[in-house]
This record gives sequence, C-alpha cells and structure tokens, in this order.
Amino acid sequence: MNKSGGSKSSRQLGWFWSLPGLIFLGVFAAFPVISMLLMSVLTAGRFGGVTTPFTLDNFVRATDQTFLKVILTSILIAAATAILSLLIGFPTALFISRLTRKWQIILIIAIILPYWTNFLVRTYAWLVLLNNEGIINKFLRNIGLISQPIEMLYTPFAVIIGMTYLYLPLMILPIYAALEKVDKNLVEASLDLGSSAWKSLRTVSIPLAMPGILIGLIFVFVPSMGNFVVPELLGGGKTVMIGNLVRDQFLKARDWPFGATFALVLTIILIILISIQSRVSRKVNINA
Amino acid sequence: MATVRKFKFSATVVAAAALVLAACSSGSSDEASSASVDPNVDITTQKLVISNWAGYYPEDLAAKVKEAIGVDITITNHATNEEVMGKLTASDDSGIDVAFVSGQYAQALASAGKIINFDKAAIPNLANLYPEVADLAYDKGTNYSAPYAWGTTGICYRSDLIDFTPTSWNDLLNPKDSVKGKTTMLATERWLALPAMKALGFSVNTTNADEIAKAKEQLIATKPTLLAYDDTAFYTKLVSGEAVLTEAWDGWCNYGIAENPNIKFVIPNEGSDLWADTMVILSSSKNKEAAHAFINYILQPDVHAWVANNILYKVPNKAATETLDPALATSYPNMGLTPADLLKGEVVVDLGADSRIYTDLATEVTSS
Amino acid sequence: MPKKINLSTIVAIFALIFLYLPITAVVGLSFNTSSNSLIWKGFGFDWYKNIWSNEAIVQGFQRTLFVAIVTTILSLVIGTTISIGLNKMKAGGFLRTFSTAPAIVPDLVLAIGLLTTFSMFSFNLSLLTVIIAHTAFCTAFVVAVVLARIGLIDPSIEEASTDLGASATKTLFKITIPQLMPSLTAGAVLSFTLSMDEFVIAFFTNGPETPTLPMVIYSMIRFGVTPEINVLGTLLLLVSFVGVIFAQRIGKVADSI
Repeated sequence: MNKSGGSKSSRQLGWFWSLPGLIFLGVFAAFPVISMLLMSVLTAGRFGGVTTPFTLDNFVRATDQTFLKVILTSILIAAATAILSLLIGFPTALFISRLTRKWQIILIIAIILPYWTNFLVRTYAWLVLLNNEGIINKFLRNIGLISQPIEMLYTPFAVIIGMTYLYLPLMILPIYAALEKVDKNLVEASLDLGSSAWKSLRTVSIPLAMPGILIGLIFVFVPSMGNFVVPELLGGGKTVMIGNLVRDQFLKARDWPFGATFALVLTIILIILISIQSRVSRKVNINA
Repeated sequence: MATVRKFKFSATVVAAAALVLAACSSGSSDEASSASVDPNVDITTQKLVISNWAGYYPEDLAAKVKEAIGVDITITNHATNEEVMGKLTASDDSGIDVAFVSGQYAQALASAGKIINFDKAAIPNLANLYPEVADLAYDKGTNYSAPYAWGTTGICYRSDLIDFTPTSWNDLLNPKDSVKGKTTMLATERWLALPAMKALGFSVNTTNADEIAKAKEQLIATKPTLLAYDDTAFYTKLVSGEAVLTEAWDGWCNYGIAENPNIKFVIPNEGSDLWADTMVILSSSKNKEAAHAFINYILQPDVHAWVANNILYKVPNKAATETLDPALATSYPNMGLTPADLLKGEVVVDLGADSRIYTDLATEVTSS
Repeated sequence: MPKKINLSTIVAIFALIFLYLPITAVVGLSFNTSSNSLIWKGFGFDWYKNIWSNEAIVQGFQRTLFVAIVTTILSLVIGTTISIGLNKMKAGGFLRTFSTAPAIVPDLVLAIGLLTTFSMFSFNLSLLTVIIAHTAFCTAFVVAVVLARIGLIDPSIEEASTDLGASATKTLFKITIPQLMPSLTAGAVLSFTLSMDEFVIAFFTNGPETPTLPMVIYSMIRFGVTPEINVLGTLLLLVSFVGVIFAQRIGKVADSI
C-alpha cells in the first residue's frame, strides 16, 4: 500500500533529488520536535536545561488539578473558537460557492486580504474595539443603549473572538474548496427529486464536503490550543491556556521537561484529530 | 507494514540520540566566577549588548556612553525579568554582555554561575553607593550586582475617579464595589504574591506551606474582581480610565503621573518590599573590560543623577541623589523617599529550588 | 443558482463585516493625533511622519524583509528538490507526511524544539537561526503545494526530452520548472507571507540584538495602545494590497506571453 514504486533507476534518482532536503528537514524539524517532546521524561536542570535521571514525575505532576484545569480550559476555548468559526464560516463558504466565478475570486481575495496584515496588529485592534473605554462601548453608550460599559475585554469571550477572527479564513477556504468539488449534478438531482434546498444541503452537500469541514475544524482548533499571544493580549493574563503554560515553563520557570510534557499533550491531540479526519475522508471518498 | 516499521525504527534512533545529547549537555558551575579585568585591553575595540527595560534609560544613553568611554553599545529591551531570565538561561551564550535584572534574579544567576563577581578595582564608583546597599540580602557585599535603581511596590491610583484614599493592600485584594473590575495586579510571580503576603502579615520570602496556602486562597478570591494582570501597561490603563486602582512599582507609576497629575502613589500601611534593579555582567561575555567600564560610568554621580532625572526612579547612589533637585520630589513623591524609608520594606531574595513554589502559585491563581 | 437573500447570504455579509471591522479601526485610528489610541484627539498624519524616525520599527522591517526573502529562496529550492525526488520514486505516505509535517505541527512546538536543539549544540541565536527555523517551516508548505501539482505532470514530456539527448539540467530548467511554475509561484508567495508575518518561531529562535518586525510590534503592544502600531498595520495592509494587484498584473502579462 505504501511501498515506493517506480523503476530502480528512477528511485535512485528520486533519492538523489530529495535526500539533501530530507536531511535538512530531519535535522531542523524532526529532530528538534522529537527530542524536545522526549525531554518530558527527563528532569529539569537546576537553572534550565535538562539532566538525567529519567522520570515519569512530570506526567504525574501534569495530572494535578491546576494543570488539568488549564488543559480543559484550552480544549473548551479552542472548541468554542472552532464551532464559532464553523457557524460563520460554513454559510459564508456556501454563499461564495454559489456565486459566479468572477465574484468567487473577488470574495476569496477579500477574505484573504486581512490575513496580509500582521496578526499581532489585527489582535491588537480588538484591544481597541472591545475595551471598556473602546470604540464599541463608547458607541453603545453614545446611542444610549447601555449606561455601564459591557465588560468584553480581558475575558474568555475576548480570547474566543480574537482567535475566531484570526483563523476564520482557515475555516472558510477548505470548506469552499470541498464544496466546489461536490458534484453539482448530485445537488441538482436531489433538488429535482423533490428535496427542499435545506434537505439537499443536509443530505448531499454537507456529507460530501465533510472532509473539508473537518480540515477547517482542525486548522482552527489546533492553532487555537497552542496560541499564547491572544490569551495574553486579550485575556489579561486571566485565561491561561496550554500555549501560555508551555511558554511559561520554558521561559519563566525554566522547567523544560515539564513544559515539554504539555507540548506532548498538544501534539498527541493533534495526531488524534488528524487520524479522525483521514478516516472520515477515506470513508467519504469511498462512498462518493 | 514496512513504512510503519521504518517510522518506528528511525524514531527510536532519533529518540536515543536526542536523550543522550540532552542529558550530556547540562550543568554549569555553581557560584559566580571571579573576573579579573585586564588593564591592557583597549576597550574601545569592544562592543556591548545590553538588555534593559524599554524607557528605563535616557534615549541618548548610547551616544553619551560612546562619547565618554568610547564603547559602542546596543541596547535590547525586555519587558519583564522573567523574559530576560529566559533569554539568559536558554543557551550558554545569549549574546548579552550586561543585563539589567532585579536583585533576586541576580542572585539566582550568580548561584548558577551565569554572572561574574566584579573586579571591584575596575569599578571605583561603587563607592558612591549608599552604605546600606552592601547589606541588601540578595547580594551582601555588592559582589556581582551593581544597583541601578531601587524602590518599592505600592498602589497607583486615579484620585479623581475613586471616592476614597487607598491605605491598605486590602483595598486592592478585597475591593469596594465602586472599583471592582477596574483594578490590576502585577503578573510576575513574586509581586503577584506580595499584596497577599503583606496583608496577611507574612514575609515576602516565605516558603511555609500554610502561609502559601492562605495567600493563594486570598489571591484566588481576588481574581474575579480584577480587570487584568498587568506588568507593563497598567499606567496607560490608569490614564485612559479603564483602571482606577493598580498594583505598581513606584517609579513606573510616574509614567502615569506625568500624563495625568490626578494619578497618585501610596505605600500601603501593611508595608511592602524593597526591590533593586541591578546591572550584572554575563560570564559568557567576551567584553568584560568594557562591561566594567560601562557600569563604572553609570555609577558616576552626574551620570546616575541624569538617569534619575530621566527615568524618575530613585537611584541608590548617595553622591548622585544629593545633587537632585528637591522640587522633583514634589511632583513625584516617590523621589523623596529616603533610604531609611525604603529599608522599611522587605528585601526580595532568590529562593533557589523553592522558587517553583511561587511559579506554581502564580499559575494556580491566574488559571483559577 | 439561488440568488435570493437567505441565511447564508446574511451570515456571509456578517463575516465580511467581522473581518473588516478591526481593519477599519486600525486604519481609522492611524490618523489619531493623540498618543493614546483610546482617546481621540484629532485627525492628522502626525504618526505617519513619526514612524520613519522610529529606528526599532524601520530596522525590524528591514530584518524581517531580509529573513523572508532568504527563507523564500531557500525553501523554494529545498522544497522543490524534495518534491521532484519524492515524485520520481513514487514515494509513499511516510515520506510525504514527513516532508509536510512541519506545516501542521503547532508552531509553538516547532519553535521550542528548535530553541532546545540550538541550545543543546551551543549554536548561538541570531537572524541566522531564525532563517533556518523559517526555512524548515516554509519548506513543508512548498512541498505540499508543489507535490500536489507535480503528480499531475505528464512524465512522458520529460522522458522525451532526455531521450532526445538533453542533459538533466537542461531538462530541469526547460521542461520541469516551467510546468511547475504556478505551484512555484504559489509556494513563493506562501513562504514569503508566512515568514513576514511569523512571530512565534522568531520569538524563540532569535538572538537579542536583532528583533524582527513582529517581535518589535509585540513589545510595543505589551506597553499599551499606541498609534504607531495602527500606522504600521495600515502601511502593511497597503503594501499587501499593492502586492496582490501587482501579482495579478504580472499574472495577466505572463498568461499573455
């Protein structure tokens, strides 16, 4: 199933071409990630770095209530971000897929363009918008809708909004690509056979676009979990997520093994999600 | 399956190599090493990389240094102690020659052998410091850290936006309804714990499990009333009115006072700490002679007074402080604090292996 | 195709407003003459004039540009050679996953891994380590993009070229690369954009003297809301906008050739 094919000489040529690059990736991507994740079984050096003995203490410590809470918070916030992105992103992708080609391109560019502003600046813009003394609150007070500012900034709500904003294009694009692949004839057929637009959506388009939807969910969920900038800037230090924990353990507490433990948790979650995605996508391709 | 086996095999090889390498590359010597400055070195050929807080030095410092001692300096910024400590401990040579760190962190760096003991002959201006400096617990004898600025921690507030005058740490920890949601606390672990420690009558350096637990309880109760934990932007929050009562380092409050004279600073009656930001020389520095000369230059009375006037923090330099304009203390009350006043505060020291207690405390409180 | 206003239309419009609201705020506030973004003082170009004298920003931008260009070139070369090789040997899932994994792994994990590795080998942090880190990261994206297309290319044209006596280099440059051009362009644009905007990996792998622009912005933001950030954001947006139009024009010209 996964055997390398091709003639012997083309295989040799293949290795000749790819080996240098593969070694580069091995040294500067594979090795760093794997060795760092493995530090979770070592002990912290007194002032940083790692030493023997090998130990499972870090894993035991990670099950402490405080840290489990952080992991849970991360999962909840990342999930909320993914769901919010889906609720906004799917209809948007659907809308775009129904436009003429020319308009599709224009809208796709419109969706990607904000991405070309630095993400820190875009996150910071929410500081100004959500602030108690910021634009939204001032506006609502001026038109008399509220008398006291709505506390939006420095809350988990702000973190979710901030991350949804960052990752929304990553949800829209894969869904749009998947919807485009859905054979329009199937949709037409289902409509001809008497299904309502909504039913045809539910029974035809969505299931067939599922691989794209799942990719979108992963593209939003995983970066959200590992993000430390948004919780820090928009969460006021009150929302601690795995990303913050990893960063703090490595840079503040200088406890590399313990930080590596959480990096490992993050990576394992990623692997689980990806296997689910590829399993579903294989099923869809078989059924289609 | 062939590919799965191939994967498992290469992963194991990588893993083994990684573990061996990681375990081998640890350990540096304990205790600060001594340096002997070579008097024959021409320091104008040396360059310095200095890490300091942004806005914590006069803007033309680099130019003045070049003019005075002929050394080129590049100043890089760190926002918090923890950030610069991270850089300094992440690798053997961080590329930094001189770092500005708070006293207890200098102590930690010294224990790890990361900074050198001064060759005091090369820094004669150490004599300008207040005699009390030599007693500061994080570096008795002033061996490896030259104090740059010192002060205390208190409450920085908008006197025009609140209807009372704060006098106690409890005004921050258990705030009145009128200020709920408009308060901030410092995020760095030792200072996050400080208000609770002092309000409960404990030492800021305590490692007693009971006391830590009680402080944690109080801090967790305070969290829902806070606007945010903030080390760097609390004064802009005061200026904009988002916050009205904040935990603050005294000099940092001055940045706010400069923009809005309604901002005031007070040391709560339960007492506070005595912190000092110090200059240290990294053992990995290849420009130790220039580093010594730089520190000596800063400790010159006229230079140190110029710094004080510029950054509005008190400097532990007796000769310099005596030349300061008394009017400064009227606009910025913290400048009028005498060493005797400051010494009422408790000196923050490094807790070595027990530091983890406070890091965990901070994590537990902020994630609650 | 249903043209009526329905739920998806409403949500789509909301999405666009949502995406552009902060951008509008950033652009609008860049003209605020006050030094505190939350207090509007008046309309002016003051901060646009000031920003050029902000050395940290100007140098940060130059460094980021330098890193992005070098990274793009390196990752294009490395990524393309990997793709060509993998395609020739009809590589299976493992090698493909291996080559694209850096793009999927959380950037924090990759960043910290590189930090610990550089530290382990006492490799001092500097712009060089950032370039290496970014190249590793971007190469994976290039491989993903090029590999997708290279499988669709008809190998018989290449074979014909070699049969007719062309050297390997000639075949490469005259046949393979032109066929890959759309992917190479996409890969280059992707690499460049990712590197320019990249913060997390740079944060952990950079040396202290040479902060990249995102790192400069991060320290500025930590200190509170200043208008310089808004000006910077507006300028970056403008540059990207011009870049997209430029790329479109070039595309049209290339198509017509």
